[in-house]
Amino acid sequence: MSKLSIFTKGFLKENPTFVLLLGLCPTLATTTTALNGVGMGLATLFVLVLSNIVISAIAPVVPDKVHIPVYIVVIATFVTILQFLMQAYTPGMYKSLGLFIPLIVVNCIVLGRAEAFASKNGILDSALDGLGIGLGFTVSLMVLGLVRELLGSGSVFGWKLFSGDGILVFVMAPGAFLVLGYLMVLFNKLAKKE
Amino acid sequence: MVCCLGAVCLVCAALLGGVYVLTEDAIVQTNAALLRESVGSVLPAGGTLSEALPLEVGGTPSEYYVSTADGAPAGYAVKSTVSGFGGPLVLMVGLTPEGKVYGTSVLSHAETPGLGAKCTSDAAFIDQFKGFDPAVSRLAVRKDGGDVDAITASTITSRAYALAIANAVAAFQNIKGE
Repeated sequence: MSKLSIFTKGFLKENPTFVLLLGLCPTLATTTTALNGVGMGLATLFVLVLSNIVISAIAPVVPDKVHIPVYIVVIATFVTILQFLMQAYTPGMYKSLGLFIPLIVVNCIVLGRAEAFASKNGILDSALDGLGIGLGFTVSLMVLGLVRELLGSGSVFGWKLFSGDGILVFVMAPGAFLVLGYLMVLFNKLAKKE
Repeated sequence: MVCCLGAVCLVCAALLGGVYVLTEDAIVQTNAALLRESVGSVLPAGGTLSEALPLEVGGTPSEYYVSTADGAPAGYAVKSTVSGFGGPLVLMVGLTPEGKVYGTSVLSHAETPGLGAKCTSDAAFIDQFKGFDPAVSRLAVRKDGGDVDAITASTITSRAYALAIANAVAAFQNIKGE
């Protein structure tokens, strides 16, 4: 697999949200606005790239029996570092996403990439894989947040487009499922054409 | 096997300790700045703010701040926690020395987005508390026989908001009474 295709597969072929359907809990919970979606996506991207790099570096010397605990410790470390940094430097973002940051530890995308890719590939390839999947996740969350914010609050990235309340259900959990479902249909139709 | 897991844990723990020490000051400063901002937004401008002072509000331990201008107290900010519709609703309630409400601000909440969460943005709802005199008007929603206009379709949140202010006022009377 070429370096470019390792990077780009996260956007379409192995898009974590619309094709692999991984990490749906934070996806549904944090995409009430486009900005929150981007924030969550970038937070996951940060953890994904760093944990992929470290795991691909240590994988050859980690005994098979303890590889899952080792990976989880590495991932949890990066998530906690991220939490400290967000608390210190982006308090606004931390306030709206705070609850979901620790949950990145158990996000199946992160452990999934560690198991399926980083543990079997080199450091550079793993970093590219993390970057591609992470950006694919970020873009998916942004699109989901964009649609929900537009329909639910009538704004885009906090800019009010029309006055009034919008369709409230799209800001709440049922709307998240609805939008995800329809976007998935649309995405798979487009992906098939390629 | 044990050594490998142990070594990984040791390195990770050391790394976390390092980052914690590096970010500790920044986190404390950020939180203090956020608190000052929220206290400042509910009190008259220009006073010198005290440290957090302990106070029981609505039966639970909480805290309050005194703003002093020209040697006399210019306002009191009382932190008040009640349960809202979706979880704890934490308010900072600013009171004048006469016991009138000066302003309120939501510190944290878990209300429904688009409904109860409007208590942080609905200007008509928030502004009705500015200059609210608990001695003259009643801090309860109209449905309960009070003088507070509730947010449409969010009576429980509005009720909790009014209760948080009422608790703060009651706690304030205790400070003044001492």
